[in-house]
Amino acid sequence: MADLVKFTIDGRELEAPAGTLVIEAARQNGIEIPSFCYYEGYSLQAACRMCLVEVERMPKMQVACTLPVMANMVVKTDTEQVRNARKYTLEFLLSNHPLDCPVCDKGGECELQDMVFRYGAGESRFTETKLHVDEQQWSPVVFYDAPRCILCFRCVRACDEGMGVGALGVVNRGAMSLIAPNHGDHLECDECGQCIDICPVGALTSGTYRYQTRPWEMEHVGTVCTHCSDGCKTTLGVRGDEIVRGNNRDRSGINGEFLCAKGRYAFDFYNHSERLQSPLMKVNGKLEPVSWSTALKAVATKFSSLQTSGGKFGVIGSNQTTNEENYYLQKFARQVLGTNNIDHRRTGDVTTLVDALSGKTGKLAATTDFYETPAVLVLGADLAVEHPFLSFQIRANYRHHAAHVYAVTPDVVREDQYSVQSIRKPAGTEITALEGLRSALAAESGLVIAFSDSVKGAAVHTLVEFGESLGIPVKYAALVDYTNSRGAVDFGLTPELLPGFQASGQVGLTTGEIVTATDLAALWVIGDNPLQSATLGSTKAFVVVQDMFLTETAKNADVVLPSASLYEKNGTVTNGCGEVQRVKRAVSTLGTKPDLEIIGLIAKEMGSAAQMGPWSPDAVYNEIRSKVNGYDIPLPMVLMGAQQTAPVNGRVGVEPRPELVRSAKENLFTSGTLGRYSKILNSVIERRAGHAPSEGNS
Amino acid sequence: MPYNQPHPLEVRVLTRRFGLPNSQSIDTYIANEGYQALEKATAMSQEEIINEVKASGLRGRGGAGFPTGMKWGFVPRNSPKPKYIVVNADESEPGTCKDRLLIEYDPHQLIEGIMIAGLAVGAQQGYIYIRGEFRYLIGVMDKAIDEAYARGVLGDNVLGKGIKFHLATHSGAGAYECGEESALLESFEGKRGNPRIRPPFPAVAGAYQCPTVLNNVETFCAVPTIILRGAKYFADLGSPKNGGTRLFCLSGHVNRPGVYELPMGFNLLRLINEVGGGVRNGKKLKAVIPGGSSCPVLKADECDLAMDFDTVAAAKSMLGSGGVVVMDEDTDIVKAALRIMRFYAHESCGWCIPCREGTTWLKKLLQRMDDGMGQRSDIVLIGDLSKNMLGRTFCPLGDAAAMPTIAFVEKFREEFEAKVAA
Repeated sequence: MADLVKFTIDGRELEAPAGTLVIEAARQNGIEIPSFCYYEGYSLQAACRMCLVEVERMPKMQVACTLPVMANMVVKTDTEQVRNARKYTLEFLLSNHPLDCPVCDKGGECELQDMVFRYGAGESRFTETKLHVDEQQWSPVVFYDAPRCILCFRCVRACDEGMGVGALGVVNRGAMSLIAPNHGDHLECDECGQCIDICPVGALTSGTYRYQTRPWEMEHVGTVCTHCSDGCKTTLGVRGDEIVRGNNRDRSGINGEFLCAKGRYAFDFYNHSERLQSPLMKVNGKLEPVSWSTALKAVATKFSSLQTSGGKFGVIGSNQTTNEENYYLQKFARQVLGTNNIDHRRTGDVTTLVDALSGKTGKLAATTDFYETPAVLVLGADLAVEHPFLSFQIRANYRHHAAHVYAVTPDVVREDQYSVQSIRKPAGTEITALEGLRSALAAESGLVIAFSDSVKGAAVHTLVEFGESLGIPVKYAALVDYTNSRGAVDFGLTPELLPGFQASGQVGLTTGEIVTATDLAALWVIGDNPLQSATLGSTKAFVVVQDMFLTETAKNADVVLPSASLYEKNGTVTNGCGEVQRVKRAVSTLGTKPDLEIIGLIAKEMGSAAQMGPWSPDAVYNEIRSKVNGYDIPLPMVLMGAQQTAPVNGRVGVEPRPELVRSAKENLFTSGTLGRYSKILNSVIERRAGHAPSEGNS
Repeated sequence: MPYNQPHPLEVRVLTRRFGLPNSQSIDTYIANEGYQALEKATAMSQEEIINEVKASGLRGRGGAGFPTGMKWGFVPRNSPKPKYIVVNADESEPGTCKDRLLIEYDPHQLIEGIMIAGLAVGAQQGYIYIRGEFRYLIGVMDKAIDEAYARGVLGDNVLGKGIKFHLATHSGAGAYECGEESALLESFEGKRGNPRIRPPFPAVAGAYQCPTVLNNVETFCAVPTIILRGAKYFADLGSPKNGGTRLFCLSGHVNRPGVYELPMGFNLLRLINEVGGGVRNGKKLKAVIPGGSSCPVLKADECDLAMDFDTVAAAKSMLGSGGVVVMDEDTDIVKAALRIMRFYAHESCGWCIPCREGTTWLKKLLQRMDDGMGQRSDIVLIGDLSKNMLGRTFCPLGDAAAMPTIAFVEKFREEFEAKVAA
């Protein structure tokens, strides 16, 4: 750390590391210096002139956002001159601002409003005609209302520096300056919407949120995004019983304010018109709506009789259900149904990694490690579109810490723009590039290695041996697909492993074996769609499906139980980096129940309620803490923020099954299991296809 | 394009070759002391060259009047990065039209000045950033550069002495703002011409973030004379701390407008009345803008002063870029203020709020006043807005717009009041 220097702001003697900007030093000590263009993490602009302060022995006022603290510097932020500078800068700003606050999305949470309220003049002296430019739509989700724009250039930097996309620029001059897309009249970008989020005023507005509500009419529910495994915290704006917005403006959670297109917009699947709102039962070969009690009784009766008669059960769990649901489901399968025939879609070889790292601690990379570690090696993944938050972290690491990035991938990836080495290797052969990187990597002072599903089985062992031979601290991340893919493995949704990577003893059937088994008596699918591209081998199997939609699998069911989405329930999920986070119910959809409750009710109908225990998320979580390796994390700690789990610290007791690992390679622009029900995501994808962007998203 | 007839009071140093047959050719240049200073400089150490320039009292001719030798001294000599010489030929200050003549009639003098600067700081590459509207000058300059290469003046073996120096022109794209040195560098690098945060200054991090000497055309053109005839010769031409001559661009309501090379410290009234032949049509003098549109106006009774940086500054204006704009008694000061503010509103780059919004607001306000729709309170507002821009903008363009406006209102308040009353 740089040396501390002593200085004075507003009469308070303070100290901060040399090089700290006055604006930061002041804010860290609770002294507000207002700014529009200064934005932590992005390049300095000194454009808005809101942060002018007086500094003793300097003739003119200085901009606090580019001025580093110096020894014995005396700064004054609350003098007549400074107050006037703020007041009149705001007067200038308002001179061409439309003041359409009553109909502006930003009204109520607008930084310009707040600044004028705090520092502005009480009257307006501007009597001329204001400039006007018509509103433009740049994409299905991004609108630009130029007159409101105060030209702070935050959006330009968020896109260029934060996302590595650079879709925005500035055109024209003087008061006619406009923010504009760099590709004609439309954006060619990730549609992450951070430009909208970061806009201090209502110049950039969201296609999904605009004119929906006043900000103060919303409840704000902090939960975890249900799409990829990065596990970004998203704060859902809920009005009545409707989600109208997703963002994370309070910068809480592992992701700060980062969200991608899916996290920000693709929440609307939950109220899709095809959403199931009543249990269905097959009557005369046709699925008909029935009451919950009828459906549950039917399932319980059938399960009980099949269990008594020794029928073969197959249970397929989900990558998108909570840890509590996963734990409860496998417990039900193993203890009530008496079967290890339980599986889920495996998307990354977590098990082999845990096995290869046995005996070592602190080896699993957390999301912060992608930002803080001096070097990052990416194997096989196109992070920018598959794991947008990790990609964002690496870019920030590169900008702020000059991190060395190495990419070994089949195709061009965005990391190439700032990597020290990019190597092209066909999928599955990435590790052949390792030896060539040995001397460069061994010279680093710390390394994070993230690998996709194309590094699995023996290759993971090779990779870990390589990493451990470098003689530097190395952490690893096995990339997985969905919001709780990691939780599905950790909680034993596999035939060979119990929760906490303990051997299940008698290995049951895998998903593929369940689906093809001709003697299967019952198939129970929770939140997956195994029959999307397969036919069930057993013709007489009793099929129960818990899902939000009538999927291909649900259409083949005898009983369909409508389940709640991740935004409609409480519990915890574990992201790809093993960080456990709390999900919180934002809304509820009439007629649906959380999977945990459905499983509990089936258990109750079968008379197994006592054995299964209560089906409240907190009760199950308490059981998890005492029973599952690595999860002894007090709930308040999870509530405060993500806590990384520490799974088994010894060999995994069974042979991992790398042959079952296969990522769906979903990315920002494939609709995915839930995305296909998101209208806004589909409109973005269609529009994007229409513009046929260049290859490689770079 | 012919330049104006020379005047006997002129001291022709930088313009001494103007009017010679084929003055822009390398042959004429060499036959008239050309490249002798460069030859001399190759035998001098870097310190010696810089000290000579310091001793000459040469101050930046772009407007700010910063001592040139000191600016060169800021270039870190031991930097491992390449160093660059960049010439600001983005002459756009209203009222100023001297650099174009220096390029058009004596391009080799500029090349020689650049090369001596290169020797002084250890640069091997120079660029001449020429205002986009001066398209015809790019051809003149390129031709001169080609000649210099052909004669072994430029290239990998300058004058056969094993020294490298290369030079090229670069066209601006029509923004006044790019005359500001850091915006010029941004534009030069192919980016939008917004000024940069300073420090670092160009001497430390200029073109491509490398140490860069950036001066005005006239500044570089003075260098060969300083080296050839000595610092004392040059310093003695002008007034104390203001070495040399100055190319004054006399325009407006005078009988003989033109560019005149006169010693620093030449009296402004004599410039108008003797060199310029007096105010046109026998009218009385009302006001003078002494150094380009961004300099506060001087009333007629303030014009009896020496035209050097310090004296004009003491009169609360600036010598600026040497653009002397003469206004006779019939001049409508509100219209003049409006014309100038239109220019600044049009040329504001839009980067910072006070300049971007302030110039536009002032333009509208002055327009309304000139249209006879002004109110008495608007006069106060004009002054207020200008003061609210002053010293608070990102670059000097805001000050350049505010200062003349403040002066117009303070010195000619009665004219603004008359517009309101009318």
